[in-house]
Amino acid sequence: MNSREAVLANIRRSLGVRGDEAPRNFEVETRLAQAPAGVVPKRGQGDASARLAIFKAEAERAQASIAEVAAWTDAPAEVARFLRENNCPATLRMGADARLDAMPWSETSLEILHGASDGRDLNAVSAAFAGIAETGTLALVSGADNPTTLNFLSDNHIVVLSRDAILADYESAFAKLREAYGKGGAPRTLNLITGPSRSADIEQTLLLGAHGPRRLHIVIVG
Amino acid sequence: MTLIATTAKFKDNVHAALTDARLQGALGHARNFTVRRAEAAGRLPEFEALRDSARAIKDHTLAHLDLYLEAYERKVRDSGGEVHYAQDAEEARTIILDLCKSMGAKSVTKGKSMVAEEIGLNHALEAAGIDAVETDLGEYIIQLRGETPSHIIAPAIHVTKEEVEREFRKAHRDLPPDRSLAEPEQLLSEAREVLRAKFLAADVGITGANFLIAETGTSIIVTNEGNGDLTQILPRAHIVIASLEKVTPTLEDAAQLLRVLSRSATGQDASVYATLSTGPRRPDDPDGPSAYHVVILDNGRSSMLGGEFEDMLRCIRCGACMNHCPVYQAVGGHAYGWVYPGPMGAVLTPSLIGVAEGGQLPNASTFCGRCEEVCPVRIPLPKMMRHWREREFERRLSPAPLRYGLGFWAFFASRPALYRLSTDLSARAMHLIGRGKGRFSWAPFAGGWTRYRDLAAPQGATFQSQWRGRSGAVR
Repeated sequence: MNSREAVLANIRRSLGVRGDEAPRNFEVETRLAQAPAGVVPKRGQGDASARLAIFKAEAERAQASIAEVAAWTDAPAEVARFLRENNCPATLRMGADARLDAMPWSETSLEILHGASDGRDLNAVSAAFAGIAETGTLALVSGADNPTTLNFLSDNHIVVLSRDAILADYESAFAKLREAYGKGGAPRTLNLITGPSRSADIEQTLLLGAHGPRRLHIVIVG
Repeated sequence: MTLIATTAKFKDNVHAALTDARLQGALGHARNFTVRRAEAAGRLPEFEALRDSARAIKDHTLAHLDLYLEAYERKVRDSGGEVHYAQDAEEARTIILDLCKSMGAKSVTKGKSMVAEEIGLNHALEAAGIDAVETDLGEYIIQLRGETPSHIIAPAIHVTKEEVEREFRKAHRDLPPDRSLAEPEQLLSEAREVLRAKFLAADVGITGANFLIAETGTSIIVTNEGNGDLTQILPRAHIVIASLEKVTPTLEDAAQLLRVLSRSATGQDASVYATLSTGPRRPDDPDGPSAYHVVILDNGRSSMLGGEFEDMLRCIRCGACMNHCPVYQAVGGHAYGWVYPGPMGAVLTPSLIGVAEGGQLPNASTFCGRCEEVCPVRIPLPKMMRHWREREFERRLSPAPLRYGLGFWAFFASRPALYRLSTDLSARAMHLIGRGKGRFSWAPFAGGWTRYRDLAAPQGATFQSQWRGRSGAVR
């Protein structure tokens, strides 16, 4: 018997089951197929403007900064302003996301770099898959459009989020994920990000910018 | 060799901890956790309902653990990853070492993992000539100090900033010796810089997992620093080490558990990073690991199922029980002598390393019940500590004076008339002897008490006889 079989056999011995009982298998298959929601907090619920208000309040509680612009074409100016006001260099790395690519970056003086980060980029911009109002959380998916390294290796991470993509809760974000990747599917990496990186490991003093970004700036479009 | 447990020397460890003024100062910082947890729980009206939901999910999963593990394993394989089972710590170490060797790994970065501590992974990697670097700031600090974590989510909570500075000056010799490291900010930014280079150079990244999702074959880590993410996306391979009870049916179930985990642990509504990883990098991915392995550890847990300690397998490692424990607050985590401290450690340790070695820990409780009150998955920790005490007594592992003392007491307690007569007589006698001062500063067989405080002298009659006098009858 190999270790896999030994572990499973010991689990079954302890539980007093064989493993092929139809009702148990049915119960597990049903739960996996239906993925029932449990208790979903009311906090994030509401219409689009209520969700926007909660998202902003919660993200700011987690020390993210927020700006709102009317259209995607307005985002580059806001990104440039944010970097300038924080005395950051005028360089910016991004992936191949079509929404970011279509923006008028040439109207700013930012030097734009493309692709994954090798750890030398101070600034990066990503487009979010969704926002979660309940906790002011961003959902970002991996891939060529928005490489995961940008979310962690930059000092200043800017995330552009469509107002329509601000959902009430985690369950709504998972529903959107299933639409995009199929039931039971997932991107290589899904990052749920709430505020900039932090640590309280030295005498419980909370400090921002542990290993990931020191600043998280969210630009909401729409 | 796994970490050597000093659990059997618990009493000596406690004495040393209580007389360590520096440690006592550092432990004061742990009290922030209780305030923050209460605030976060208070902000969410559904918090108690979520605890019930979390408990139900864990109970359901444990009752179907074999099937969820099989489902999880299938999904990991579908996404291009590999699953390995380890029956014990040695097998887990062997699997990970073999994987590292097969990939020609020279350096490994590690995200924070209590299971890696449990199997003594760092020693095994170092012994095989592989450079293993802890990347969580707290874990990095204690790795430099050659220590084990004293708290499951704040591993360096026993260390002062002056000690961190001393350690950094010793370890980071290539940095200017006259640099200032007096402030926590300076210590953090130095660690960030030193570890950034390690992240980029590592061949393999090893993380734990808070949850393994059967629905999608996903591993989830929850962190605040982002170190776990850099550990798992930069190297060529990502190895996950997790114990088997971490399997969770669906993403929805994980959302329930995440909601109680962050609030119970650090009092955050959400931890900064909850990262879901599924398989190795995809064909068009510009980053991420090329190989993805999951090592599922049993190490005695499958035998806890179906028994009186099964409830312990609901634990999601938030640390709330130790944050709220008066014993932990007084002695810190190292006194517990093995990997898991506090109330959850007092219950889990004897299950994993045996009651002969870990049986003293369940005695480290005042039975105040705060651990159970705050446990997000409602584990009846005090009840389970009592079970262990009973087992320790049954197996004659308790000290002789305790066993004889209890036998002596039981003789009287099971004979009510004799019990009343003897307590009545001794209460009167002690009243007569002690009436001058009203207290004793010494009494036979009570040195353990009177060495630290006086024993109040009885007022003259026992409670039972006073009650009889008051109400006329005892029912």
